[in-house]
This record gives sequence, structure tokens and C-alpha cells, in this order.
Amino acid sequence: MYIYDDYDQKIVDQRVAQYRDQTRRYLAGELTDDEFRPLRLQNGLYIQRHAPMLRVAIPYGNLRSDQVRKLAELARKYDKGYVHFTTRQNVQYNWPALENVPEMLAELASVQMHAIQTSGNCIRNTTSDQFAGVAYDEIVDPRPWCEIIRQWSTFHPEFAHLPRKFKIAVNGAQEDRAAVLVHDIGINVKLNAQGQVGFEIYVGGGLGRTPMIGDLIKPWLEPAHLLTYLDAVLRVYNRYGRRDNKYKARIKILVKAMTPEVFAAKVDQEWAYLKNGPQTLTDEEIARNHRFFTAPAYESLPGDDPSFLAAIEASPAFSRWVDRNVFAHKVPGYAAVTLSLKQHGAAPGDATDAQLDAVADLADRFSFGEVRVSHGQNLILADVKESELFALWEEAKRIGFATPNIGLLTDLICCPGGDFCSLANAKSLPVAKSVQERFDNLDFLFDLGEIDINISGCINACGHHHIGHIGILGVDKNNAEFYQITLGGRQGVDAQIGKVIGPSFAQEEMADVMSKIIQVFVDNREGDERFIDTFDRIGIDPFKNKVYEGRPAGRAKKEVEA
Amino acid sequence: MSRIIVDKQIVDCDAPILRANEDGSFPIVPELSEQGLVFVSLPQYLAQKAELTARGDVGVWFAASDEPELLGADAAQLAFIAVEFPAFTDGRGFSIGRLLRERYGFTGQLRAFGDVFKDTLNYLARCGFNAFAVRADKDIEDAVKGIDDFTEFYQSSVGQPQPLFRRR
Repeated sequence: MYIYDDYDQKIVDQRVAQYRDQTRRYLAGELTDDEFRPLRLQNGLYIQRHAPMLRVAIPYGNLRSDQVRKLAELARKYDKGYVHFTTRQNVQYNWPALENVPEMLAELASVQMHAIQTSGNCIRNTTSDQFAGVAYDEIVDPRPWCEIIRQWSTFHPEFAHLPRKFKIAVNGAQEDRAAVLVHDIGINVKLNAQGQVGFEIYVGGGLGRTPMIGDLIKPWLEPAHLLTYLDAVLRVYNRYGRRDNKYKARIKILVKAMTPEVFAAKVDQEWAYLKNGPQTLTDEEIARNHRFFTAPAYESLPGDDPSFLAAIEASPAFSRWVDRNVFAHKVPGYAAVTLSLKQHGAAPGDATDAQLDAVADLADRFSFGEVRVSHGQNLILADVKESELFALWEEAKRIGFATPNIGLLTDLICCPGGDFCSLANAKSLPVAKSVQERFDNLDFLFDLGEIDINISGCINACGHHHIGHIGILGVDKNNAEFYQITLGGRQGVDAQIGKVIGPSFAQEEMADVMSKIIQVFVDNREGDERFIDTFDRIGIDPFKNKVYEGRPAGRAKKEVEA
Repeated sequence: MSRIIVDKQIVDCDAPILRANEDGSFPIVPELSEQGLVFVSLPQYLAQKAELTARGDVGVWFAASDEPELLGADAAQLAFIAVEFPAFTDGRGFSIGRLLRERYGFTGQLRAFGDVFKDTLNYLARCGFNAFAVRADKDIEDAVKGIDDFTEFYQSSVGQPQPLFRRR
């Protein structure tokens, strides 16, 4: 993992001092609400429904055990004893007091953490593959490049007040677990035929009100030019992105308005001035960042550990957990384990202080003291010996993080929704809960196979509903909470935006609607086909017909009654 | 007399910003006393360049949507340029500052005006601004400290073209 030197520490410490002063001036009436808002947002502080919410950055999802313990300590000291992990690999506190935030930041800085640019119209936390560095299908480890981008984007003077928020994701594997096609900038790290590293640059992807898949504007960028090229993209966006309408301010709107070809040409024109300038990466800087992400001290193991294979034979429950929650590692004898934060009945992505402390201990005992956060809102121990998987499973069960449901229907991705978030039109947690309750039978869940459900409480799409196989969006209708369903969305290399199935449903209808959708899948499924493959084969109509069966003109029940 | 920050010092300065007349025509540039200064808009400067340059007491102000490319190398001949920030959250002026300094060789005084106060001065300074017309209702003595909110930076900037990775 990246370790701060005195420079990094100084920058974070100076931020704490600056924010302390900003908070003091706000409380003293020297900064108005309107002035303080953008300043606190750039430090991750929202004013929410019940209390402020503080979003803390977890750069590309990587944490050390001491940092996890600090997150637990802050949850105890300043919050209600729990945290929420987000779809952008960050972590949120839902109940801090505004005047305590500077102190929380000072505590975070003591373990090389911060809340810089976790919100606001600036470059946000760079996200990546939760299995970076260990994935069996990895081409290039994206983490050194993420760190280079993190430093470049932190307090970039020119891009501190962009037209709108700006999100960058980096993937280095064959499968895309970082959702690069739905980011403002998506980067695939590649190798060419000569074995040299280079980047594919996509721009203008994004979810929210106008979901779009990004366009490839630079098929091959040499590593040395990464930052000058990003500077050129951001400069074009900063100058020409719309600022008159916040719903049309994302880079995707600019790219679409200009056309990707013209946008790319404009970037190249700008880049011509910046290329080979001082921001050109040096070999030494590239090497320096790679030194932080070397392989830990793996033992030389043959793989197929006999005790592990015996445990799979002996325990069907363990075997099921291995099938769902254990991911193939590139080093023989090791595995990456996903701790499920989707226990049925718990809010997706939530963890208590005690659970966090326990995870830190597990990381120290089983996985070189490191923890990852996935954009699927789970935690990962990336380097566990096969021979220790059974012991880890037993410990994970004890803290409720061993639900064998990764990739299944109940591993749903969900924003905090209307229970907490002041932007939300509808609650998302009760819908998640009703789905978990309805599909509580593990055998059935297992048989259904991989189904991504994504739930967002509003059009901002923090739950990434557009790219769920089944997407659920909370909408407000005459002050009542309704839910619109999309089908056929997907993330990864074939990312697609889901299609709206029809009129929305009331909250209490949702469990039945989900059952009907699943029933159509089961009735039409061929062999072990995945939900999304069945959907592609039969199309949306059978689903539509079933969920709106018996409703005049396909209208939702509540609307008919009203 | 208004006070502004120039090179971290608070100094007196009254330099009017001339805006277009209601009918869109250019305003008349007033005669000034010695050491006076007036800012004309970029379009007016471009239209009346010869006579305005001869006066020597005229600076050019940029609206946030104005393009430094239109001024181009002429920037190097000017002693004063001001950039308007209609809102402190409008970052277009940051790019204008860097382009004037880094691409078009402007070495005179670069002034930020409009919605300018303590919390953006550090960014502005790094984008090449060395003068700040802080909003009248804000404490200018406190604002000046904002220039040094940060003393170490990762990126290349106007004052320190070498990014941290070339220095660490």
C-alpha cells in the first residue's frame, strides 16, 4: 500500500488546519451557508436529513488494519457506532456533529486518511478493481497508476471548481470490475504486443439523470503522458462544460454536444501544448509508485491445499461460501475473500465498530494487515492462504460477514436512500430489506445464480441502478414514494444501461414484483443460464407482461386505484 | 479608497472596471490622473488596441467566458490583466490565469475580482494570480493568510512549474 512521506502528511495536515478555520468562520457567521456549502462539500460534509454526513476517502478502496481500527474508533466516539461503505469505495458517517468534524479529520490524518474531495464539483476519489494486484485475470496492476492520479488530482489548483463532480476509474484486468465505462474518465491499463504498458482513455460515461456509456477518445496513451493528457481533458471540460444548468453540467453532456470526435480533437489540440511539459511522468516517479505495490511475502505453496479441499468435501455450507465468496488468486495456494456486508436483514454496506475491529484483526491474522473495499459495498481480504480459509470462514460467520451471497440476488447494491440522504426521493433500505426477506432461502438463491440488483433512492444514481441486471429507482409521485424498475443493465466490458419496464410501483408491491420477475426468469431459463443471458434471449416483453398482468393498460396498482 | 492584495501586501487601489453600455457599445475610457489605472473589457481592447495601448494606463479584464487565445501574444505587452469570478465556485478563471501566464507570457499583475475571498486565494495564486480584489464585505487582513493555506503541492503550477515528483 502507499505510505505517506512528510510531503503527503504536510498536505493533509494543512487541510485539517484550513478546514478547522473554515468551520470556525462558519460558526462565527463569517461564512454564509451558501459560501460554506461548497467548502464543506469538498471535504465530504453534507448536511443531511437528521444530521451532517461525513464521507471519508478510501483511495481506490485500499485500507490498512490500523486505518480500519481508526474508522471503528471514530464511529464510537463521534457517531452511533456504525459506518456505511459506498459504491465508490468510500466510507460514510451518518451522525457526526458539524463542530466535531475538524477533530475527526485530525484523527484521520494521524493514520494517513482524509475526506478531501469526497464531494463537491471537483475530481473525486479514484476508484479501481477491488482485486487489483491479486486477480487471476489481471493484465497490469492499476494501483500505482491510481496513486499517481490521486496525487495529481488532490488540490489541483485549476480544477478545484469544475462545472460538476468528476469521477475517474482505472481497471487493469480482463474483466472490468471498476465500471470504467460509466465514469467521467475511464482508464483501461493495457499491454501492447511488445509488452509495454499503455492506457485506453474513455470519457463521458456516467449514470445519474442522463446515463451514458463512455466513448473511447484515446486508444493508446503512453504512461509518461498520463497526467498531461488528463490535464488537457480537464482543461477542456473546465472551460467549456455547462455551468448554467447543473443537470447538464457533467462532461458527458459536453462530449455528446461536441461529439466524441470533436471533443477528442480539442483535447489533442490542448495536449499539444502540455505534452512533454513538467507534468510528464518520469521513470523514477513511475518506479517510486510501483515500489508501494509489490507483492507481500507470499509463501511458496503448491495450491490445492489438501485440508482446504477436505473441508469443502466435509461441509456443504463452507463449500457454498467458497463458491460465492472466494475469488481466484494469481498466486498458487492463496485466495481473495469477500466478506459480505449484505447479511439478510442488515442495511447493505453497513458495518458496526465491533465488526470493523474484528475485520482489522482478521486482516492482521490472515491477510498481511490489509483490507479492500469493493464498489459492490463489501470488504475484501485479498491474500488469504487456502489452508486458512476454513478458519477465516468460522471467524467471519461469528461477525455476520459470511453470508454466501456474493454476486447473488441479495448481494444488492444500495444507497442510504431517504432514511438518511436529503437528496433522495424515496427510501431504498426497506426495499432492499423486503427483497432479502422474500429471497431468504439460500438454496433457491444459489440456484438462481448471478443477478445484480442495484437500488438508488433518487436519480443521482448512487446505487448505480442503471447498470444492475435489475435496477430499482426511487421516484416521488405526488409526495408518495414509488419505484421504477429497469431490466438488462450491466457493468463491465459490455456495460449497458437498463431499460425501463413500465410504470412504477408502491413500496409494498415491490417484493411481489421481484418475485414475478424472478418467476419469468425461472420459467424461461435454459440450463444454468444467468438471468442476464435469459433476458437477452427473451427480451423485456415477457417480464413486462407478467408484472403488469391484470392491470388495465399496464398501469400500476396504486395509480389504478387512485 | 478600496484596498486590494498585491503580492501578499494590502495596498490602496481604485481601478474602475469598464463594462459595455446598455446598448452593447463600448464605454468611453476616461482620462486618468497620473498613476491611474482603468480596466477595459477584452472585446473593447481588441477593437481599440492601437489607441488604448498608446495610453499606457489601461489594463484588460476578462469575463469568465472570455478566451485568452483572442489576446494571444499581446498579453506579454500588458502590465495589468484582471479576471472576473462571477461566483467563487466558477473555476473558468483558473484556466484563464494559467493560460495567460504559461502560454501567452503575461508577466504583469494578474488580478482576481468578483466573488473573491480567503478560501480560493491559494488556488488562484497557484494559477498565476498575484493580486486579489477581495469582496468588500470580507476581512481582507484575514483573507491574505489564505494564500498560504497550503505550502506544498503535488502539481505543476505557475509559481512552481516543477511538480512534487520532480522535487521529492
